[in-house]
Amino acid sequence: MSIALGDMLVPEAICVQYPARDAREVIIHLGNLLYEAGYVKDTFVDAALAREAAMPTGLPLAGDDNAAMPHTDIEHVIRPGVALATLQRPVIFHNMVSPEEEVPVRLVFLLALDQPKSQIEMLQQVAGVLQDAQLVASLLAAKDKAEVRAILTDHETRTEHSLT
Amino acid sequence: MSTKPKVVLVACGTAIATSTVVAKAIEEALKQAGIVASIRQCKAAEVPNYSKDADLVVTTTPVRTEKNIPVIQTLAFLTGVGKEAVIKQIIDVLKA
Repeated sequence: MSIALGDMLVPEAICVQYPARDAREVIIHLGNLLYEAGYVKDTFVDAALAREAAMPTGLPLAGDDNAAMPHTDIEHVIRPGVALATLQRPVIFHNMVSPEEEVPVRLVFLLALDQPKSQIEMLQQVAGVLQDAQLVASLLAAKDKAEVRAILTDHETRTEHSLT
Repeated sequence: MSTKPKVVLVACGTAIATSTVVAKAIEEALKQAGIVASIRQCKAAEVPNYSKDADLVVTTTPVRTEKNIPVIQTLAFLTGVGKEAVIKQIIDVLKA
């Protein structure tokens, strides 16, 4: 893989067992961390909130827990990166494909993408994580940032081996 | 059967993230099935304009299409839920 998800994760923007009360709070918090780390412009958080309201990104997964991958247009981004939050309690996002449906979410990937149709490896890896119920469960059980990174790095190593 | 490759239009909200993953996954599934198709990406809002010569629209967000073009709304290529069934559905539409 040319771009590993572990490498795209912004270390300053990983939040473990974050006690968010709603989806808005997660997006604001992760967005601010990306902003402080220099990945996005000061317009990013508002743009991501507006996009989530108009075109939600909640994804019901195969396992017990669900995910969301908020993102927004490229003009709000300085350089590409991924922020990740695991939540203490689920918050309500809306289903991407049927927005009237509520999805309780405990895993959030906030994506900062700077080119249209790019970062495909990174996006495929996010999808790869979402499709692996065991991996989602272990991420949600992680107690700190180091554990989150170790789980993703280990997963990538195994994925690469299985491809060769 | 026409020799012209079938056109699959893949749509999502911004055409940055989601449809890129979906387009790539469909491309690989069709390659495995030996089906030649042209896969295009667009924003959900652009579907009415872009779908005129499409044989199938696959979307992760609600879309409005003007004509009688089959539309498959699915998150399967992101979440893996029901992926085999959706691939079969896509292949059936393109072979029809």
